[in-house]
Amino acid sequence: MKKYTYTEKKDTRSGFGAGMAELGKTHPKVMALCADLVASLKLDAFIKDNPERFVQCGIAEANMIGVSAGLAISGFVPYATTFANFGSGRVYDQIRQSVAYSNTNVKIAVSHAGLTLGEDGATHQILEDLAMMRAMPGMTVINPCDYNQTKAATIALADHVGPAYLRFGRPVVPVFTAADQKFEIGKAWMVNEGKDVTIVATGHLVWEAIQAGELLEQEGIDAEIINIHTIKPLDEEAILKSVAKTGCVVTAEEHQLNGGLGDAVCQLLSRNKPTPVEMIGVDNSFGESGTPAQLMEKYGLNAASIVAKVKKVMSRK
Amino acid sequence: MKSVNELNEIVSQVRRDIVRMVHACQSGHPGGSLGCADVVTTLYFREMKINEEKGSDGFLKFSPSGEGEDLFFLSNGHISPLFYSVLARRGYFAVSELATFRKINSRLQGHPATHEHLPGIRVASGSLGQGLSVAAGAAKAKKIKGDDGTVFVLMGDGEQQEGQIWEAAQFAPHYNLDNLIAIVDWNKQQIDGPTDKVMNNRDIKAKYEAFGWATVDLADGNDIQQVVDAVTKAKELRGKGQPIAILMKSEMGFGVDFMMHTHKWHGTAPNDEQLAKALEQLPQTLGDY
Repeated sequence: MKKYTYTEKKDTRSGFGAGMAELGKTHPKVMALCADLVASLKLDAFIKDNPERFVQCGIAEANMIGVSAGLAISGFVPYATTFANFGSGRVYDQIRQSVAYSNTNVKIAVSHAGLTLGEDGATHQILEDLAMMRAMPGMTVINPCDYNQTKAATIALADHVGPAYLRFGRPVVPVFTAADQKFEIGKAWMVNEGKDVTIVATGHLVWEAIQAGELLEQEGIDAEIINIHTIKPLDEEAILKSVAKTGCVVTAEEHQLNGGLGDAVCQLLSRNKPTPVEMIGVDNSFGESGTPAQLMEKYGLNAASIVAKVKKVMSRK
Repeated sequence: MKSVNELNEIVSQVRRDIVRMVHACQSGHPGGSLGCADVVTTLYFREMKINEEKGSDGFLKFSPSGEGEDLFFLSNGHISPLFYSVLARRGYFAVSELATFRKINSRLQGHPATHEHLPGIRVASGSLGQGLSVAAGAAKAKKIKGDDGTVFVLMGDGEQQEGQIWEAAQFAPHYNLDNLIAIVDWNKQQIDGPTDKVMNNRDIKAKYEAFGWATVDLADGNDIQQVVDAVTKAKELRGKGQPIAILMKSEMGFGVDFMMHTHKWHGTAPNDEQLAKALEQLPQTLGDY
């Protein structure tokens, strides 16, 4: 098992803020919009350096999406930012008509996704956004795993022409990917090569998958770990190639089982190479208040759960 | 720039196009299309500054970003027959293409779309309430770029029941978008009946003023001279720190007697006999497609 270490923990939303700060210097067409959550989205640096390229929209997300479309039509590259709950379900129709169907170059960049939003509870813990955005024709969907990857994804999106949904989170988590990484949209990252099982993970679950890989190694199980940061378009080749070797898959995501990464992988495999799959995710329920760690444990979204699912799926080979 | 008399001739043809298009596919929305025909024709043929350059295909060159141009957004996208007729008659694409409206493999979708790359359309509309936001974004972009073009947007009055309209209505004055002219088609009809009965949105003018807009009354949106005067007045109000709303009283179905004074022709197509009766009232001025 390849060793991954970290020296600090940071929140992925700060990676977004750092990416925006850099884009403020390098990409004169990039704009930021926000619906009254500037501090939460870590936009202070971008706004300080580029006040004329920031548009505060107030608590009016539907309008923010439309304004973003208008800016994009005019040649700007707007990043519309808010919490994931308010940047997906609340504005689904606005994204559908004014962004996706109209193919306007709008980036919807959203924080506080999933259970790890924590104490605020289920009203804010969106667990259905990847499903909604995956279903939207033409939408690129990205869920990075740590600070560095989120920063790199934020920067990469500025040169990607077309609608995109970039989802990140609130809690501090280990920073284990390279600071100077090249982020390729739609290209999986091979975290660890192995032969017994393929673990496909996204977002905060990637670090958990690495932890699981180390536990499995102690039991003589050689896990291949793939980070799918781009849920759509899915790197089908990377997954099929891995499965040809391992013959079984565990998927892991901070999202409903319905419609997320696991479903995308199952669709791919059932059409191309039927393979036993076990899925880690929230099973048709809402979240609740608690610390991020408590919630991830209670809902089975951690390394221990991945280990258990690996054993189960290997028994089905 | 077309004179009022010339505009009256063009708009008669536009109305013929509308009823013929809706009849041909037996679907679509003639009522609002007829009611707004005068204002949209006036904007495109007289009041809007658009790029007059033509491409090698003989049609007007269209740039979605419209740098240096005035822009028009149709928020109440269901009156697409009007939009398509005006765009074709203005020279963005062949008038013969109007025959494909709402048919399979057409660029003239039921509601306006950019997806099929029809020249003249900048954003999809049809799901109501979104156009004012998009127009505000485009107006904001012109401000940032130092582009002196004006952004026009047309909305329905039933559409004013959508919450997003009022999000956008508070946004535009907050950013002093005095290059934005919104037109509300105040015809007092919507699908289910008179607006006052379906959901009384009361004094729309007072609402816009309370939100910080300058307003212009247009007592009869089916009188081209009055339309020209109102748009001229609205343009004079530009650059004074406030967005401008034209409250346009219009008659749904205007120009076809049996389609007027009722909501019943909001989304109903005429049969052969009704088409003939309608066309008798609308002189052919530019030649049918």
